[in-house]
Amino acid sequence: MDLLLEGFQTALTPTNLLYAVLGVLLGTAVGVLPGIGPAMTVALLLPVTYNVSPDSALIMFAGIYYGGMYGGSTTSILLNTPGESSSVVTAIEGNKMAKAGRAAQALATAAVGSFIAGTIGTVLLVLLAPTVADLVVQLGAPSYFAIMLASLLAVTTVLGSSKLRGFIALFLGLAIGLVGASTGEARLTFGQPLLADGIDVVVVAVAIFALGEALWVAAHLRRRPLEIIPVGQPWMSKKDWGRSWKPWLRGTAYGFPFGALPAGGAEVPTALSYLTEKRLSKHPEEFGHGAIEGVAGPEAANNASAAGTLVPLLAIGLPTTATAAIILLAMQSYGIQPGPQLFDNEPELVWALLASLFVANLLLLVINLPMAPIWAKLLQTPRPYLYAGILFFASLGAYSVNFQAFDLVLLLAFGLLGLAMRRFGIPVLPLIIGVILGPRVEAQLTEALAISQGDVSTLWSEPVAVVVYVLIAVVAVALAVNAVRTRGSAAPEKEEVDA
Amino acid sequence: MTTTDTATSPVRRRAVDTAQYGFAAFLVVVGAVVVHDATTLDKGFADQPVQPYAVPYLVGGVLLVLGVLLAVATARGDVPEAEEGEDVDLEGGSDWVTVAKLVAVFAFNVAFVGWLGWAITGAVLFAGSAWALGSRTYVRDIAIGAALSLLTWYGFYVGLNIPIPAGILDGVL
Repeated sequence: MDLLLEGFQTALTPTNLLYAVLGVLLGTAVGVLPGIGPAMTVALLLPVTYNVSPDSALIMFAGIYYGGMYGGSTTSILLNTPGESSSVVTAIEGNKMAKAGRAAQALATAAVGSFIAGTIGTVLLVLLAPTVADLVVQLGAPSYFAIMLASLLAVTTVLGSSKLRGFIALFLGLAIGLVGASTGEARLTFGQPLLADGIDVVVVAVAIFALGEALWVAAHLRRRPLEIIPVGQPWMSKKDWGRSWKPWLRGTAYGFPFGALPAGGAEVPTALSYLTEKRLSKHPEEFGHGAIEGVAGPEAANNASAAGTLVPLLAIGLPTTATAAIILLAMQSYGIQPGPQLFDNEPELVWALLASLFVANLLLLVINLPMAPIWAKLLQTPRPYLYAGILFFASLGAYSVNFQAFDLVLLLAFGLLGLAMRRFGIPVLPLIIGVILGPRVEAQLTEALAISQGDVSTLWSEPVAVVVYVLIAVVAVALAVNAVRTRGSAAPEKEEVDA
Repeated sequence: MTTTDTATSPVRRRAVDTAQYGFAAFLVVVGAVVVHDATTLDKGFADQPVQPYAVPYLVGGVLLVLGVLLAVATARGDVPEAEEGEDVDLEGGSDWVTVAKLVAVFAFNVAFVGWLGWAITGAVLFAGSAWALGSRTYVRDIAIGAALSLLTWYGFYVGLNIPIPAGILDGVL
């Protein structure tokens, strides 16, 4: 508790407060732009925080993170087609509400719900993360190896409709992660000295998220502009509050645990929250026509799961969503290595980060509710400028890492890969996680076998590792059974090669 | 038994997505490159238990298999679900000309950023991309591009202490 108070002292100095406000504003402004989800927002804004002192950078980043999330949900409410899978559910009822003239209430319940879920989620994070870190710090390399393996498989198989495409993405990512001389021998460097240190993950992430997306949109740019719903000051009547507060809490209860699982992500909890609210609602007939519960619940679930993903990220160093992957990169670029030692090595920074999550969350509510009409105007940015701007800032971000034109070559190459992945329905998340975790999985395996002097049985010598392998096996069997069953019942109609 | 396919499934045959063979071939090529690179690594170079070539063999091998699987799936009529988005209109077909223009503009930036400097190539990148994407207000596009690239250059230099090389404008800026 004292540590958290100290964290607040760091977060609340005037300079850092200014950085937090700046972060929230930038994050929301960029996140609200159509076609830019939270992951791309944090990736594009990463360079802005490079040379600020680590505590200010982290605080600014917390603001960018929450701002980007909130901006994304504003977009999906005011325009119908959400870019992020986590906002899909919010858009269902949110856009219907907006069309029925209740955009102000939809934005208000989303903002207040996000605030409540984010605050509860951060409290749970503060309580859980140090405990998890204490447990994890006792684990040896075999257990780490097992947990990372499980997380790679989970990210690949749990989300997305085609497992084949998930694995394609994962192994492309692992191949990218091989590049470099980290093992003592230069692998896949093709004699290019600039590749000896490996490919900068920031470049890969910006290329796949920002450049790939911009090129993909450029090939399919809407000829008619989307209809944007004008919005006034967000507000809610007493009745709206009464209908919202339970869904907020239930959404939080769904979101946080799912986010904290190594196969995190907001898709499952937001969908569960929506179904629950639909079943419990006193106005089931409104669902499909703009029910406020259908915005309040999923939006809270979305934000709570975002807080949940920070548990494995901070305590184990394990990113489970695209946004978490970028946050990991950001922290590494400030010279901070998330993981079990983090709470012992950098207590001031961690607690300042946790405190600034609270601050950013509050700022978001205070700043964004009054400014919603301005954010809505950003949706009218002319599309040529919007996507030209994405290309511009993506290049700037990649170039500012090392000032090497070579990084821009890589950016373009991986941007084209990102374009191809969107064309062929290959998910991007397993690729990014593969690039980040691949080298670490190899390192843990090497460490485990070095300690055991090459005895492979060391891999299942720790109870945690055994439990994780059993879980992997159970899920694999369940998926296989499921695949066989769907194939048997709906054979030629369904896509056959799904497994 | 030979014609059961058409007999039992009255469903309309899906058109095969031929372009997907290209992506499958790409996977096979990447896999082959990874495996080939692994064979060139020095065996027994290090005394580490996991030799540097071990993981590349695995990754490259799996990529080869995945490429073949994707080709098989394509032949069986597997069609990808292309990604949706706020500004994406999948019904209108794909406009690869725009993409080619963007890539050309971007390549210009890559080629000249070291010599001309970010302040110039950044402006060209913005204005050129806006042109490729259909903007026809040339003067305004160039003005916005120049303003953006100068602002970011000074912003990074002064505000963030990140000295982006100035290129030929060294001394002018």
